[in-house]
Amino acid sequence: MIYESFVDLFGNEILAMFLSGAMPLTFILIFVLFAVLFERKVSAHMQDRLGPMRVGYHGILQTVADLLKLIQKEDISARDNDKILFNVAPALVFAGSYAAFAAIPFTSTYIGSNIDLGLFYIVAASSLVVAGILMAGWASNNKYSLLGSMRAAAQIVSYEIPTMLVILAIVMITGTLNLSTLSEMQTGYFWNWIIFGGPNFGIDKIIFIPLMIISFIIIYTSSLAEVNRTPFDIPEAESELVSGYHTEYSGMKFAMFFLAEYANMFAVSAIVSVLFFGGYQSPFGYLGKTLDLAWLIPFEQLFWFTAKGIFFVFVQMWLRWTLPRLRVDQLMTACWKYLIPIAFVNLLLIGIITIL
Amino acid sequence: MKEYFQNIYTALSTIFIGMKVTFKHLFVPAVTIQYPDVRLKLPERERNRLYVNMDDCIGCDQCARACPVSCIEIETVKSLPTEDLGKTSNGKKKALWVTKFNIDIAKCCYCQLCVLPCPTECIYMTDVFEFSEYNRNNLIYSFSILTNEESEQKKNNFAQFELLKAAEKEAAAKKAAEEKIQKEKLSTETKPESENKAQN
Amino acid sequence: MALKTEEMILNMGPQHPSTHGVLRLELELDGELINKVKPHIGYLHRCFEKHAEAMTYPQVIPYTDRMDYLASMGNELGYVIAVEKLLGIQIPERVEYIRVIMAEFQRIASHLVALGTYGADIGAMTPFLFCFRDREKILSLFEMTCGARLLYNYIWIGGVSHDLHPDFIRLAKDFVVYFRPKIKELNDLLTNNKIFIERTANVGILPAETAINYGITGPNLRGSGVKWDLRQNDSYSIYNKFDFDIPVGNGLFGTKGDCWDRYNVRVLEMEESLKIIEQALNQIPDGDVSSAIPKRIKPPVGQVYSRVENPRGDLGYFIISNGSLNPFRVKVRAPSFVSLQAMDILCRGHLVADIIAILGSIDIVLGEIDR
Repeated sequence: MIYESFVDLFGNEILAMFLSGAMPLTFILIFVLFAVLFERKVSAHMQDRLGPMRVGYHGILQTVADLLKLIQKEDISARDNDKILFNVAPALVFAGSYAAFAAIPFTSTYIGSNIDLGLFYIVAASSLVVAGILMAGWASNNKYSLLGSMRAAAQIVSYEIPTMLVILAIVMITGTLNLSTLSEMQTGYFWNWIIFGGPNFGIDKIIFIPLMIISFIIIYTSSLAEVNRTPFDIPEAESELVSGYHTEYSGMKFAMFFLAEYANMFAVSAIVSVLFFGGYQSPFGYLGKTLDLAWLIPFEQLFWFTAKGIFFVFVQMWLRWTLPRLRVDQLMTACWKYLIPIAFVNLLLIGIITIL
Repeated sequence: MKEYFQNIYTALSTIFIGMKVTFKHLFVPAVTIQYPDVRLKLPERERNRLYVNMDDCIGCDQCARACPVSCIEIETVKSLPTEDLGKTSNGKKKALWVTKFNIDIAKCCYCQLCVLPCPTECIYMTDVFEFSEYNRNNLIYSFSILTNEESEQKKNNFAQFELLKAAEKEAAAKKAAEEKIQKEKLSTETKPESENKAQN
Repeated sequence: MALKTEEMILNMGPQHPSTHGVLRLELELDGELINKVKPHIGYLHRCFEKHAEAMTYPQVIPYTDRMDYLASMGNELGYVIAVEKLLGIQIPERVEYIRVIMAEFQRIASHLVALGTYGADIGAMTPFLFCFRDREKILSLFEMTCGARLLYNYIWIGGVSHDLHPDFIRLAKDFVVYFRPKIKELNDLLTNNKIFIERTANVGILPAETAINYGITGPNLRGSGVKWDLRQNDSYSIYNKFDFDIPVGNGLFGTKGDCWDRYNVRVLEMEESLKIIEQALNQIPDGDVSSAIPKRIKPPVGQVYSRVENPRGDLGYFIISNGSLNPFRVKVRAPSFVSLQAMDILCRGHLVADIIAILGSIDIVLGEIDR
């Protein structure tokens, strides 16, 4: 709908396409500006300290300072690097995480592209990140970066399987892969959300609730692994004694990896909130409806969407600062021996209940 | 099989307990103080930079001997009997000019072994800890209150005094030797007289 | 045709964020498995034993502080007890009580560093900051007494340098009350956490026989199940007046003697130190702390070996005196030096990612190893 209004405004389809495609980009950039500071402040207050306090009031402009610092750093590239792969890798990682935003509905009037294969497209596009990470590890011409990136690739690829299994379960309940339809299905108040069993009232709604909670935990855990956050942050932290696949990057390219990480965090949080917690739907009804102001509703929906996304990002940060790291083989055990069997059983049970 | 589910249960429960602890700490006020704007009040026995109160120093060299890293250098010159250097605050009479009292604060290990032996308690540790310098030579603190010319003068005075004393001593020794010879001469003169008298 | 695999030699260099100090570990790897670990030390050698021959007896004390810089009171206590044995003097009871209180506070502070940095190596950043926040309180108690936070020069031959501050006993009792719930918080956050247990249980198992053969002492030995603590088995100072327990490892989550056991022994030891401090604060008598400090310390000709229980193990001092003001020879038996030898046998058959966990659990301080 926003795309149509742009077309009416500018009369030029291509310009409207660019503009409506650039809106999530601005959203991500503003979000990253906020998220870097948010993480530092949250981690500081959990550890009884203050965090950035000097730049701006209570450190608000800290991210701007960081960005300026990264921009003016020298862009080092070793002699034996594979030049093309080295330069393309950060762009590919960022593109992979940004591409997922095309199919996520921000409000009821705006969605990047309303395709019927929304979820499928998102999982496929996020897999581009693997290619980017492998390129980064290989092109760094560094034994340890290569090992680190291979581990990261193994981790991301393995943890996509539980994600897909949970998505299959949701599809069985709701019957659609289109995220926009999924969000519209959860209108009403918060007991219509899928985590509470879905919009259709009946005996199976009550039975679904524990199964939905298990599915939520599975998909949240595997999304943590997709984003390389603790407890699954082997690629970033300790890989083979040095810093992992982005050791050799400096300056703006490093900033791209960082940007990609935070964008990815928000993307998976947004997906989880759309799948289980109602996307942009408000839990209490709309102020616009009661006041009879129709133009207020999209803004409210944007607010709820952002709030839910930020809440799940906050839970990701909370987990990062509480838990120690898993070792690589334990990570793989957790995926293949615990998450996948449970996801299968979950899928089976949901399937049986849906048929009956 | 049971172990499998037990693993899952303990994993989830310990994770939630840990998260509860961290969440509670979000609401505890921070313990950081913002340093250059807010400073902690240091206790009274705090051991930071050394300070010497030269009015009380009698130049006894005890602190330099007690220092384990040899960071104190003291040179003194004896004063002349005519000069009066005054008294220290606990009544001792000062008898030495302290011409050099350098402490290399970069070598100091802040062990406070120099504070105890001082008989007048003139060297002590203050609570100043922000004394960085750009030039390493500025970290050699010199506490002596005599300027270079004055200390040269004192040294010369003392050297002259010594020479004078030595000359006087020599003169006195010469005089004593002469008197002794005189005495002997007298005794030998009177002796032959007495011998002559005895003979006669 | 079989695949020829060569062993790879990997160097964990002297500059590394997880080795506690400047330690170089040379690893011989077979794929991911470790065949041999060779530690290279000497990057922090400061000639302590040679310096001690040129200093007078009281001047050696600041040098002993700087060996194990995280447990200075323990080092000073060991040296001073050795010299007092040589001199054969009696010290007032108040001095003994003060020394025990300071040594036990130092034990808690040192264990807090060990536990905090171990958590940070494993990946949990938050307990690190909580441990250091509690350690600040102990350091400010020390600052109130003697003026320094890390290297004290407090325990002197024949006494202590300053008497306790009038507020010390009240603040120390407040600290004991404050700290008990913090140990429980640390247990909630780290010790009982399933992920932490997965990382540390069954990793780096040190059998009791091997530990005794190597000569390892302290929490590393107790983690393997051997109940040996110098404060009770070879008692010095007035430790026989206090009632405390000796925690040993019992393989609660894995085998006896693994990294989790050693870690748990340290947590339980902090509890026991709190008990000792409470009893000492209640029983401390009045007196003069500087009455027995001799003017000139000139021990008779002879030699002495005495040992104390440092937070890292059994710290021994061997002093030979030739009747002059300077000692003739001071030899130190550092506990971390002996514990580091076990790295080779602990790491066999483990993965590279476990080395960090094992190195953190044996709790070494390079200042002590290299002296």
